[in-house]
Amino acid sequence: MDLERPLPTPITPECRPYWEGARDGRLMIPKCRACGKPFMYPRVACPFCASRDIGWVQATGRGKLFSFEIAHQILNKAFKVKTPVVLAMIELEEGPRILTNLVGIAPDPKQIRCDMPVEVCFEKLTDQVSLPMFRPVGGGAR
Amino acid sequence: MSDLAKLRELSNSVCIVGVDESDEIGTLPGKSQLSLHVEAITNAVRDAGLKVSEVDGIFTAGQHSPATIGEAIGVVPRYVDGTTVGGCSFIIMVGHAVLALHHGLCDVAVVSHGESGRSGVGVSPRRDTALPGQFEFPYGFGGAPTYFGLITTRHMHEHGTTLEQWAQVAVSTRKWAALNPKARNRDPLTVKDVLDSRPVVWPFNILNICLVTDAGGAVVLTRADRAKDCAKRPVYVRGAGEGSEHVMLTQMRDLTFSEATRRSGEKAFAMAGVKATDFNHIMLYDAFTSGPPLMLEALGLAKRGEGVHFFAEGRSTPGGKLPINTNGGGLSYTHSGMYGIFPIIEATRQLRGECGARQVPNTKLSLVNGMGGMLSAAGTLVLANDR
Repeated sequence: MDLERPLPTPITPECRPYWEGARDGRLMIPKCRACGKPFMYPRVACPFCASRDIGWVQATGRGKLFSFEIAHQILNKAFKVKTPVVLAMIELEEGPRILTNLVGIAPDPKQIRCDMPVEVCFEKLTDQVSLPMFRPVGGGAR
Repeated sequence: MSDLAKLRELSNSVCIVGVDESDEIGTLPGKSQLSLHVEAITNAVRDAGLKVSEVDGIFTAGQHSPATIGEAIGVVPRYVDGTTVGGCSFIIMVGHAVLALHHGLCDVAVVSHGESGRSGVGVSPRRDTALPGQFEFPYGFGGAPTYFGLITTRHMHEHGTTLEQWAQVAVSTRKWAALNPKARNRDPLTVKDVLDSRPVVWPFNILNICLVTDAGGAVVLTRADRAKDCAKRPVYVRGAGEGSEHVMLTQMRDLTFSEATRRSGEKAFAMAGVKATDFNHIMLYDAFTSGPPLMLEALGLAKRGEGVHFFAEGRSTPGGKLPINTNGGGLSYTHSGMYGIFPIIEATRQLRGECGARQVPNTKLSLVNGMGGMLSAAGTLVLANDR
C-alpha cells in the first residue's frame, strides 16, 4: 500500500509512549512528576524544572487552534495528500503546543479562525502508526 | 568591574576592515559550496589590503567546520569558532571575533559563508531530523515557509496586520534592489504584484518569500589599532549581542515576539551605549516579508503590531528617513540559505560610502539584526564609521 504521508521516523525511545498511545486512539503526553507540568515534545528531563522523574498522562484531546496556514505546495515528496492542506499549531487544554493538520473544514482563511476550539481525531497510517489530527469541535462547515 | 563596564570596554575595540561576496552570486551550478567560501575569503582579505597568510582566526557556520575552511585557504588557525544557530550565526560570530581579537587569541579574524543553496553543488543532506521527522514532516511541514507562516497568521490575528502590509515590505525592498547591480530581481514591484503572485503557503505568496541562490560572503576583522593601517576606512563594531531561544516552533514562548531578538538587541545597544532610535541605516534578515516588522518590534523600534508602518509609510525606501535593507535584501538581492553575512557586508559598504546609486547620505550608525531558524536565535550589531 502506498502511503500518502511520510511515517513518523525515526521513532525515538523517549517518544515511544506518544506513538503507542496514538496507535490505540489516545493522545498521551509527558508530565513532570516533580513540578506537575505537562509538556511536549517528549524528553527525558522536564523543560520547566529539569527533573528526571517523568510520567505520562492522557490528554483530553481538546484545545484551540493557535495558528494555521494553508499549504498549496509541499516540498516533501513523500507527502502526497492533495493540496491545499491546512497546517496547524494547536494549543492543548493542558498547555503544550503541537503541530498537526486541521481537517473537517474547508481550507479557506475566511472560515478558519485562530483560537477556534478543536478536538483530536486519529488517522491510521499502518497497523502500528496512527497520526493525531485535529478538527473543529462540533464539526466545521465543509 | 560591572557587567556593563566589561561590555563597554569591548565597544570600538575591533573593526571590520574587509568585506566581499564570492566572485559571482546567483545561479552557479559550476561552483562548489567550498569554492564559494574560498572566493569570498580571498576577495574580502584583498579588500582589507591584507594577505590570506595573515588570517589566524576562522569563524564559520553551516556544513563546513572552521577547520575545513582553514585548510582550504592554507592557514593553520590560532582560533576557530563553528557556532551554528541558523542564518544569524555570522552576525553572532562578529561578536565572538571581537572577544577573541580583544583578548589577543587571534589577530586577523575572518567570518566566512559559502552556500550552494540553489544548485546544491558539494552539499551534504545529513542532519538530525528525529524531532521534525516524528512531529512535523508527517503533516506536511518542512521548509521555512511552513513554519514562518504560523508566526505570521498569529500576528495577523493578534494585531490586525494584513496581507497588504506584508506586501509593502517586498515593494520597499525591491526599490533598493533596483539600485544594486548585484541584485537578482530589480524590476519594479507593486503591492498588487505580490498579492497576485503564486500562492505557496497562505499567508505567503512566492513574492513574500526570499530568493534561493548560490553565494558566498566574508568579513575580515582586526583590532582597532591595526585597522588604521588597512586599505579602507575602518568600520567600528560598537556593539554586538546574541540570543537563542527555541528550535522547534512549538517551543517559542510567544509566537509573535522574538525573545532571542529582544535579548540580542538589548545587549548590543548596551555595549554600544545607543538607543534603538539612534540609527540612520538598518539591515534586517528578510527571509519573509513579515520578518523585518517583527524584528523592529522585538528590538524596540516599533510597538507590537506596528513594525509594518515603517514600510507602508515610505520611511524605509530610497530617500526615506530610515532606509532598511538597502542591498535589496534576501527578498530581491540574494539569499543562499544562511543569509546573515550579507547584511554585515552591506552595512559596512554603506558606512564606507561605497554604495553608488543606493548610498544613504551621511550613514554614521548602522543596525544589523538577523535571525536564525524561525526567530529562534538572533544576532545584533551596532556598526559605526568613527569611534
